[in-house]
Amino acid sequence: MKSNIGTIIKKECSRFFGDKTMFFTNVIMPGFLIYIIYSLMGDFFMKSDVDEEPTIVYVENMSETMRPILETLPYKYVTSDFNATSIKSDLSKKEQNYVFLAFPAQFDSIINAYSSDSVHASSNVSIFYNSTSDKSKEAYYLLSETLNHWEEGVCNLFNINEITKENLRYDMASDEDVIRNYFGELIPLLMLMMVFSGCMAIVPASIAGEKERGTLATLLVTPLKRSELALGKVLSVTLFTMLSGLSCFVGMMLSLPKLIHADELGLSTSMYQTSDYVALLLIILSTVLVITSLSSILSAKVTSVKAASSLMVPLMVICLFVGMLPMMMSDISNAPYLFLIPVFNSVQSMAMALEQEMTATILLITLISNCLYALGLVWVLTKMFNSEKVMFSK
Amino acid sequence: MNTNPIIRVENVSKTFQLSRKQQKSEGTTRKEIVAVNDLSFTANQGEIFGLLGPNGAGKTTTLRMLATLIAPDHGDAFIDGLSIVSQPAQVRAKIGFLTSELKLEDFFTPNYLFDFFSHLYNIDNETIETRKKALFERFGIQKFAHVKVANLSTGMKQKTSLVVSLVHDPDIIIFDEPTNGLDVLTARTVTDYLCELRDAGKTIILSTHIFSLVEKLCDRVGIIINGKMTHCGTIAEICDGQSLEDRFFTIYQDVMERSAQ
Ligand SMILES: Nc1ncnc2c1ncn2[C@@H]1O[C@H](COP(=O)(O)OP(=O)(O)O)[C@@H](O)[C@H]1O
Ligand SMILES: [Mg+2]
Repeated sequence: MKSNIGTIIKKECSRFFGDKTMFFTNVIMPGFLIYIIYSLMGDFFMKSDVDEEPTIVYVENMSETMRPILETLPYKYVTSDFNATSIKSDLSKKEQNYVFLAFPAQFDSIINAYSSDSVHASSNVSIFYNSTSDKSKEAYYLLSETLNHWEEGVCNLFNINEITKENLRYDMASDEDVIRNYFGELIPLLMLMMVFSGCMAIVPASIAGEKERGTLATLLVTPLKRSELALGKVLSVTLFTMLSGLSCFVGMMLSLPKLIHADELGLSTSMYQTSDYVALLLIILSTVLVITSLSSILSAKVTSVKAASSLMVPLMVICLFVGMLPMMMSDISNAPYLFLIPVFNSVQSMAMALEQEMTATILLITLISNCLYALGLVWVLTKMFNSEKVMFSK
Repeated sequence: MNTNPIIRVENVSKTFQLSRKQQKSEGTTRKEIVAVNDLSFTANQGEIFGLLGPNGAGKTTTLRMLATLIAPDHGDAFIDGLSIVSQPAQVRAKIGFLTSELKLEDFFTPNYLFDFFSHLYNIDNETIETRKKALFERFGIQKFAHVKVANLSTGMKQKTSLVVSLVHDPDIIIFDEPTNGLDVLTARTVTDYLCELRDAGKTIILSTHIFSLVEKLCDRVGIIINGKMTHCGTIAEICDGQSLEDRFFTIYQDVMERSAQ
């Protein structure tokens, strides 16, 4: 009994470790890729902090007691010569990256009264911010942490961003903006996953599968041009992958408002304009083109569906990690040349389209570069279909 | 008989580089295999020419070069005047290449596949219909013309493969191991059909390792061993009174002795 289990395990191990490709793509490759991607992320995609402006904090009724503590934080404080009402209302515009900090009047005297053991009503310190801006959000977290920490030493003398009866909002970002931001972080990854699983199901079967079953050779003996075959294959697998991606996209767009209870929040159902949808669709189409043509090349290299799928694993790892970038990193650079990088450009462009920050230049760079990559890849695929080494290896 | 050489093979050679993996699976340490070595022969219009040789002699490689699936390292061959090296697409339009390795997609019906392949050869619809009717009738395919290949028996699949490779009514037919893997009834249908095609003036080149098939079908035969053609001519010319099988083994031993020296 015991020895049989051992025998089976031994056989499985010699199968797994004996197959160098399998071992490489399943064991070595994933860790290596993650290492590369994370290292690159730090060096490459982050905006450099060097010349960045400090976040501006507008302060109403600046407390002289708190001033030294606040000044330990790396912010620029504006304490006079501003219109509090307009500062507060402007904060609800998209991506406003400042904070409005309001101390109650006579805050200092309340604090000072503490030492004489008198009883005092607790008062509220308000910090208004905009959560769609990372700068504003970070400043809000740090300010409230700092004030809270200090306040713990003084027996609940004041509250910070107290929940009031009127349900006063402190996050001044509009609900639409918050949700667009959320979509921008989530949807690129989901779309890439959909495109990829569609691709996995379709491309290896269409190319490596035809090689495996011997049906591709039947086509190659006809006068059909190799370039026609390569282009025909890529275009049809792109169409199928596109359709499955499209269906996922529609399903997601329809279900997400439900997921976030948009109707209860009173959000308009038309958060996006037709132009946003068109941009998104074009980006997805160009992405599908790149991914399917790349998968086609990998599939053409090998002689079985299984081998093709396992070759596609590293590609999938890369795509998923790049897809997570908007979620994991707040300050990704929008330098135009970065949009020449395949997959990365798709993810970033999708995020920008969903956050309604897309510019014509960025969209064009993404679409054109992706189409050029796809063309190049189809050219390589044609070369491969022409190569007797690839098509008629024993 | 008409002795116009419609196929001229001139000094073709083909060497395969072996990858490490192939070396292992072939069980050799050689880096390359000379599959075809300076091979020349001609086949005349309206005859069945047989390439006879043991496994690994280079028959499939030779026929694949003629069908322009792989290119020769040296030499050239001319099919009805067209070079396999410089005019591969025209050559492909002229020939029908058949082997048991060419498979049809399970998902489609013989009827669909006939149309599909006809379109690849740019045949007009009217011609497609007449040819389809004739060929399907000849091989009894009408009965299952609308059944998916996946649900056909081996014999039905083989007949469909054959018919689909002949949609363009080629004048020259290249057939690698015609009866390999066929059930006896289908094999008989195929050999009978090859004779019919010859009688209709078509030229056929086939490869085989089966002596009886050569004796039954071939007008002329080339004996190929280790990538080289040792003898070429009619069976009577080569055999010199012996049976083909006996004659072949004498030749084979000669070649082996000479190459051992
Ligand atoms: N694609 C290939 N790669 C490497 N070696 C090959 C390839 N095709 C054929 N060979 C080798 O070339 C020789 C001739 O093969 P082949 O033409 O198939 O012989 P036959 O059809 O006469 O049995 C064999 O030794 C075979 O192993
Ligand atoms: Mg062979």
